[in-house]
Amino acid sequence: MTPAPSPLRISGAALRRGTRELWSGLDLELAPGELVAVLGPSGSGKTTLLRAILGLERLSEGSVTALGRRVTRPGNRRVGYIPQQRPLPRETSLRARDLVGLGVDGHRFGLPIPRRGDRARIDALLGEVGAAAFADRPVGLLSGGEQQRLRVGQALADDPKLLLCDEPLTSLDLANQQAIVSLIDRHRREKDAAVLFVTHDINPVLDSVDRILYLAGGRFTLGRPADVLDSAVLSELYGAPVYVLRAGDRLVVVGAPDAEASPHHHGEEHG
Amino acid sequence: MNGDAIGNALFGGISQYGAILALVQNSVWAGALLGLVGGLIGVFVMQRDMAFAVHGISELSFAGAAAALLFGFDIVTGSIIGSLIAAGLIGWLGVRARDRNSIIGVLMPFGLGLGILFLSLYNGRSANRFSLLTGQIVSVQSAQLTALAVISTVVLVALLLMWRPLRFDSLDPQSAAARGVPSTWVSFGFMLLLGLVVAVAVHIIGALLVLALLVTPAAAAMRVATGPLAVPVLAAAFGVASAVGGILLAVMGTLPVSPYITTISFLIYLVCRIVGAARERQTRAL
Repeated sequence: MTPAPSPLRISGAALRRGTRELWSGLDLELAPGELVAVLGPSGSGKTTLLRAILGLERLSEGSVTALGRRVTRPGNRRVGYIPQQRPLPRETSLRARDLVGLGVDGHRFGLPIPRRGDRARIDALLGEVGAAAFADRPVGLLSGGEQQRLRVGQALADDPKLLLCDEPLTSLDLANQQAIVSLIDRHRREKDAAVLFVTHDINPVLDSVDRILYLAGGRFTLGRPADVLDSAVLSELYGAPVYVLRAGDRLVVVGAPDAEASPHHHGEEHG
Repeated sequence: MNGDAIGNALFGGISQYGAILALVQNSVWAGALLGLVGGLIGVFVMQRDMAFAVHGISELSFAGAAAALLFGFDIVTGSIIGSLIAAGLIGWLGVRARDRNSIIGVLMPFGLGLGILFLSLYNGRSANRFSLLTGQIVSVQSAQLTALAVISTVVLVALLLMWRPLRFDSLDPQSAAARGVPSTWVSFGFMLLLGLVVAVAVHIIGALLVLALLVTPAAAAMRVATGPLAVPVLAAAFGVASAVGGILLAVMGTLPVSPYITTISFLIYLVCRIVGAARERQTRAL
């Protein structure tokens, strides 16, 4: 088998805020079909990392190559992007199919005349994310889980070989979290797409994750879940005692200092 | 004012209606065009939550027109300069909604005050004075009418050309930026177009009443429709109906045009609200 080109290569990346260094010397290369979760307390630069890959923000140092092209300009249609779930206002003048449709033609300048095949593409995307049943309903009346399915559909519009997810499960219930994860997981398996998945809680993706990038304490750790979610490793990273406890077949991370209200990261050891 | 006088003010011209219509024909066209463009751009004004900004721009546009009147240059040019300064300031300083509202709140009384100052210093025909605030399309000269129609047409074409990226950026700026929509340019372009439409509206309906053509029709359309085609088409239709209907009714008597336009557009909104609410109740009952 010939090695496929890497969908994402980050080299020598550093991020500073003023004089504070969030991380430096970060090298990350994703293989096709690989899912890497990005964990870390809020303010550790997770979202900035994603935005840098999209060209929307600059790293303090280092370079990013996405899908074989060096990132220099803002925005990239070949990369799929799933944002956080923010409830859309009730009166938003969009139907479900229109929200997905933004991914198909939202970037096009020129007279707003649909191209042949647009409608079929939108229908296919709606079907892919299980949204066909509510395709013509106003998005403002849909549940958070249903809206998030549509955002996944929008992100898949160009069959991306690289998918960036920025806390896509926030404020979803457990069933919907699983539904969204399985949509993302299916896309990566079927299309051999690489996924970078920023999350606060590793549990919902633990069965799919190949590696974890943990950003904390001005540094980072990158490795297989079993190697990262470890008391010694995380204590070293945070510079404070952190315990990874086993509860049944699950791992619970206790004592991780976090700026946010929920100080616990729950983890589960692999294999 | 007794009943006869009111009747006369409302319908006094009805016996010569045909002749009057021929005289105001160009105004009707200009009104229709503004109704169309106003309805369409109103959809984005609603989506970007900028109704207050429209009002702020219109006050500075009024100040520009008043300055033009005082210093003796073309008042359409004056209103456009005022509009564009306001639109530029709001677009540049008010990226976040909260900043934007405070900037508009600061600009609006300043613009209105400035305009009133210029008008007070101006000694010309007094009819012109009032019309900038409350509008009087039928008294606009034909050369200016042509200018207003040309500006409206330019805005219409530009708006259609940037329609989809503007829509994406208005509804979901984060994802739009991720997919390569140049949001800075799109926002800037939108403010430019909005400034131009407001300047036109100031002459047709008056600085105080521009919202009746730039916000109300779109707000009404959004009550009863959700599709990407249905909303703008309805909004444009409501805008045209308000503007044209208002002019046609007003010239039957001696009253100004603007109250007719504002009343029609408000009634359309009211009906749409009732229809929308009834429909929602029905959906919920199912």
